[in-house]
Amino acid sequence: MRYGREPEVLKEISFELKRGSFHFLTGPSGSGKSTLLKLIYLAEEASRGRIEIFGQDLALLQRKDRPLMRRRVGVVFQEFRLLDHLSVFDNAALSPRIAGRKPAGYRDDVADLLNWVGLGQRMQAMPQALSGGEKQRLAIARAVINRPDILLADEPTGNVDEAMGQRILRLFLELNRVGATVLIASHDLELVARSGMPVLQLEDGRLAPEPNFAPERTA
Amino acid sequence: MSLVFDVNRWWPAPLLPRRDGRDLALLFVVAALSLLAGLAAVGALAGHRASQGWQTELTGSATLVVRAQGTETADEAAARAADVVSGVRGVTEARALEAAKAQALIAPWIGPGALPPDLPTPRLVAIELDRKTPASGAAIAAALKAHGVDADVDDHSRWSAQIMRAGAATEGIAAAIFALIVAVLAAVVAYATRQGLAARHDVVEALHLSGATDGYIARLFQARFARSAAQAALAGAVLAAAAAGALKLATAGDAQLTALLPIAWTDLAAVAPFPILGALAAAVTARVTAMAALGARP
Repeated sequence: MRYGREPEVLKEISFELKRGSFHFLTGPSGSGKSTLLKLIYLAEEASRGRIEIFGQDLALLQRKDRPLMRRRVGVVFQEFRLLDHLSVFDNAALSPRIAGRKPAGYRDDVADLLNWVGLGQRMQAMPQALSGGEKQRLAIARAVINRPDILLADEPTGNVDEAMGQRILRLFLELNRVGATVLIASHDLELVARSGMPVLQLEDGRLAPEPNFAPERTA
Repeated sequence: MSLVFDVNRWWPAPLLPRRDGRDLALLFVVAALSLLAGLAAVGALAGHRASQGWQTELTGSATLVVRAQGTETADEAAARAADVVSGVRGVTEARALEAAKAQALIAPWIGPGALPPDLPTPRLVAIELDRKTPASGAAIAAALKAHGVDADVDDHSRWSAQIMRAGAATEGIAAAIFALIVAVLAAVVAYATRQGLAARHDVVEALHLSGATDGYIARLFQARFARSAAQAALAGAVLAAAAAGALKLATAGDAQLTALLPIAWTDLAAVAPFPILGALAAAVTARVTAMAALGARP
């Protein structure tokens, strides 16, 4: 993967995430973690190579089918990407709304989820009024409201305290337990180690062998 | 008013941010275009009515220029010509004009009182034609010739053709102005849509990554611009109708101006479809533009 004529950001990477698996993606800044996530959530197109999601080769995926694929992928962005003109509740309700569901069919789920992530008292607040940690939790709520098949998170605990970090991790583990494939990019090696989950480690755009975490990989 | 959030009363908020300064500029431009289109439409209708009226007057009448022959006086020749023409099928009335009236008609060219009394001026006969089956100039000329009357028939066909051409040209110009205004409206909305997509890049990105289709996002812009265009076009149409109405009232006492621009109150209804037309043009343009812009994204 390369941007324009820049050097390749990702190269010679080959791995498979089994359905229902849980992985951390680690590596120093600039190692290509965010780019790898972007390729999976279809924000970028690979300049070469082959990516398959749910058995579908993304290079062969028609444009009209990309939104349906994206709806199966929940993303927690490092910079949150909340819509500042929408309330906390409206932000959290974005995915089911876009999927065409009727409000009566999901508004209780949104309220429950916001309560769960500790934003039950801030449902009418606007994102500008939230702290970094609250924005992070809202971003997570928005990503998981549709119960995605794959959950991607880019530094999801970067703006929260340790207790909330643990709580968020438990949420991810719970979603994984009910069937979601989870891939979390994180600098927080302590959290990674404590979770005991396998790790994909990127170094200079390549997937490094990491025997300690024994990630599932294909040849 | 309760400040407690009631989930059961929640309803989704608009996905695009509220209007800002850029949208107000678009509203102003669309309102101005609607005003101009409204004036063009009312002007075209009034122009069409004027040319129709003039044409009806011209085709409903003819004039004879009679010259005396032999010992016959000019008045006698004119009276005889009127008699002959009265009997032609398609003529409802033929009336010889008195010498004073005939001289008054040529006074604008030679000045009042400048005509010597002994100058043998030709006499005129005013002919009223049947509106449904008017007699042709050739038929009248043939009847006069058969009765030995030396006269020229002016059935006004030369003027009628010119008026028809002028009327058609007026309508063509009005249609061209209208088409130009629609094209400008489309260009303005296309520009505004591209600006809107760029300015709300974060919103578009978030919607895309949440699984929104290009059509879903395009519909947001389509609805926004259609609503804005309808409101602005309505304002422009009301202003155009008010201006045309004021013009009608202002020219009511002047027969010449009224003849030139005979605005009818019903003409003002021409601006009624503008809000719908504006919304339609804006919606189509915004959708096409947005779909093209979104299609360039991954």
